Amino acid sequence: MQKILKGFALAALAAAISGAVQAQDTPKPGGDVIVTYQNDVATLDPAIGYDWQNWSMIKSLFDGLMDYEPGTTNLVPDLAERYEISDDGLTYTFHLRHGVKFHNGREMTAADVKYSLERTVNPKTQSPGAGFFSSIVGFDEASSGATTTLSGISTPDDYTVEITLSAPDATFLHVMALNFASVVPKEAVEKWGPDFGKHPVGTGAFKLKDWALGQHLTFVKNDDYYRQGIPYLDQIDFQIGQDPNVALLRLQRGEVDIAGDGIPPAQFLQFKNDPDFQKLMVVGDQLHTGYVTLNVTMPPLDNLKVRQAINMAINKDRIVRVINGRATPANQPLPPAMPGYDKDYQGYPYDPEKAKALLEEAGFGDGFDTELYVMNTDPQPRIAQAIQQDLSEIGIRAQIKSLAQANVIAAGGEEDQAPMIWSGGMAWIADFPDPSNFWGPILGCEGAVPGGWNWAWYCNEKLDAEADAANAMVKPDQQEARAERWGEIFTTAMDDAPWVPIFNEQRYTVHSARMGGEDALYVDPVHVPVNYDYIWVK
Amino acid sequence: MAWYVTKRLFYAVLILLGVTFITYFLMYLIPADPARQIAGRSATVEVVANIRHQLGLDLPFYQQYLRYLGNLLQGDLGRSYVQRSQVSDLMAARIGPTLQLMAAGIGVELVIGITLGIVAAIKRNSALDRMLMAFSFIGVSSPHFIAAMLALYFFAVKLGWFPLGGYGGIEHLLLPAITLGVLGSGWYSRMVRSSMIDVLHQDFIRTARAKGLTRVRVLLRHVLPNAIIPVIPMIGIDIGIFMSGLVVVESVFGWPGIGQLAWQAIQQVDIPIIVGVTTLSAVAIVVGNLIADIAVLFVDPRIDVKHS
Repeated sequence: MQKILKGFALAALAAAISGAVQAQDTPKPGGDVIVTYQNDVATLDPAIGYDWQNWSMIKSLFDGLMDYEPGTTNLVPDLAERYEISDDGLTYTFHLRHGVKFHNGREMTAADVKYSLERTVNPKTQSPGAGFFSSIVGFDEASSGATTTLSGISTPDDYTVEITLSAPDATFLHVMALNFASVVPKEAVEKWGPDFGKHPVGTGAFKLKDWALGQHLTFVKNDDYYRQGIPYLDQIDFQIGQDPNVALLRLQRGEVDIAGDGIPPAQFLQFKNDPDFQKLMVVGDQLHTGYVTLNVTMPPLDNLKVRQAINMAINKDRIVRVINGRATPANQPLPPAMPGYDKDYQGYPYDPEKAKALLEEAGFGDGFDTELYVMNTDPQPRIAQAIQQDLSEIGIRAQIKSLAQANVIAAGGEEDQAPMIWSGGMAWIADFPDPSNFWGPILGCEGAVPGGWNWAWYCNEKLDAEADAANAMVKPDQQEARAERWGEIFTTAMDDAPWVPIFNEQRYTVHSARMGGEDALYVDPVHVPVNYDYIWVK
Repeated sequence: MAWYVTKRLFYAVLILLGVTFITYFLMYLIPADPARQIAGRSATVEVVANIRHQLGLDLPFYQQYLRYLGNLLQGDLGRSYVQRSQVSDLMAARIGPTLQLMAAGIGVELVIGITLGIVAAIKRNSALDRMLMAFSFIGVSSPHFIAAMLALYFFAVKLGWFPLGGYGGIEHLLLPAITLGVLGSGWYSRMVRSSMIDVLHQDFIRTARAKGLTRVRVLLRHVLPNAIIPVIPMIGIDIGIFMSGLVVVESVFGWPGIGQLAWQAIQQVDIPIIVGVTTLSAVAIVVGNLIADIAVLFVDPRIDVKHS
């Protein structure tokens, strides 16, 4: 039996959105907006761009087979009109939309999809996203450079793409919605070579009109975009090189519509308490958790009671106050916006007395000396100091090792180097809204290798097997059960206390009063930071 | 003269070689692994090794450096690790605005510096002199970041005389140029003051006054041309000092120049840009000094390079 998902999901979604928006105001086409950023836009090549600034720009210029409902984490077909998954979960058949055109006027076909995926995996492209496609048959040969094609991708006709996986992978549709899976036209890539990122050609809602390096970029509406009426804006000017403080001042004067860099930490309270600004500030969840890793292989942290004691010793509310309330305290690895988050899970309470008792039981009544690694840019060292103080309350003397980001990451990747690491500024923001992305690299055995990101060196084979089983649940009607199963994996892992989950960071976007559209679009969890396709000018 | 210039050019090449070597070596020592940075956090060990090989980072240091030098001679500064564009393209796009700001800034420095220096020298040891010298002292010791922020706040936000940063016409240029100029003018005013006082004590000045020339004429015709000579090589040195101020001021004012590029690259550990900007600054300083030294020959006929 084959499950078929119809493309009407999109139509339903469009109706749902317009319905919701109409309640406040009807979106209106037209209008030019100005968005500011401090740093240069690194690249608009979808196979390469991997930062929070170019992520949604690339999404506006390019499309992939899959995408998300605007402002949400719900998957919907994009360039694919519909798709089918085989019973064994190994073959995905995507049926492409007809008549979708690249910005250069040529129609997008199945061959482009195949070419684009092969390009990302090709080591010559040096894509930071190549690893996401490892489940496609033929990945190893292509990634080693032995061949430039992926044997797992076939194109029976111009509008059908069949992708075969080496193992069932429930995250595969999310992977197809990543920027790295965007469809690019071969002729434009070959024309520009390594400079394609400065001359992007896609199928997206906007096209790049002009890019003055270091000064500004202009996106204009793609009149041939396959979604009727989208985008609403005629033009977006990205002004580069603006200090975030200056950008906010200009926004106050009405010279800027969206301050892309948000609010600098030092100004946060001032803006938060300013009644004029409260209307302009949008708060959203990110798929982020900040945590302290407890290296389970290094004594005395190899003792479960010690790790539990540390979990109870840290006052997370106070840490949230240290960063002016830009986060919510966490009790489990998954962030609340992630499927599988367990609302009923209580975690370890803040209880220094109990923590002391646990240390006593473990035979460390007098405490012990240890080290806490932390990245050296504000506010991370201040957070580490708060943790240090809390630990000293129960007798643990933690010395702070404040180092450059690269050094902390390197220390975490060595088995007996860092007893504790505060993850702030480095980890972990999910690449896509699926709980498995919070497991393998940072809590699973695959990440507990030299140079890996599992800095707790926690490797629980039983839970890894559970994780594999959960990832094999690919049927649409299994998704709820799968999310629940994932939630259990994380809460079970917390019994072993490899981490102290500290907080989930929130995201703030400031936009001018004339900007319209739901708040969720300005803190889109996937089109980070702002979903440019659906916002509009009042 | 030709021999003198050739010799200076030879030294210049040596200096540049030294600068590229030191910068490249320091960047080599930084623990950040560019291959891992490019490969991203989802990369396997093989992918990282593959990228390292493509970039030639698996070669021994001397080979990497020689390769860099070889490419440099052909005008190829490599590709940015973050932006993946040619470093030369990125710098070319920003050199114009930087030269504009530099010319305007040094212009303001000279006008303010020389004027204050002259006034202070004439009124030496008066309250005015002490005030001006205190002002120049405060100027040269102010942190650029704070001063630029304050200037922006008062003149652009509060008074609204200037636009809030950005690049464009003369109105955008004025505030950053004045900020840089006021901060840097102290070097010149102090130098002009002491050099003027020196010259004022010379016998030929007394002779000029004795033969009946007016004070103003003596100042303009005899004192100033002699007192200004040390200022010219100072401009050459100033280019170097100026570059460090540019990095900060360009970032605050959103001026799309080389300094801003350097500031970003440092934060992102984008090694090819850092090495490229350092090399370019070294070239600017060396060329600036060379021009200044040659210009002095024309201004001051007493300097004889044939016997030096």
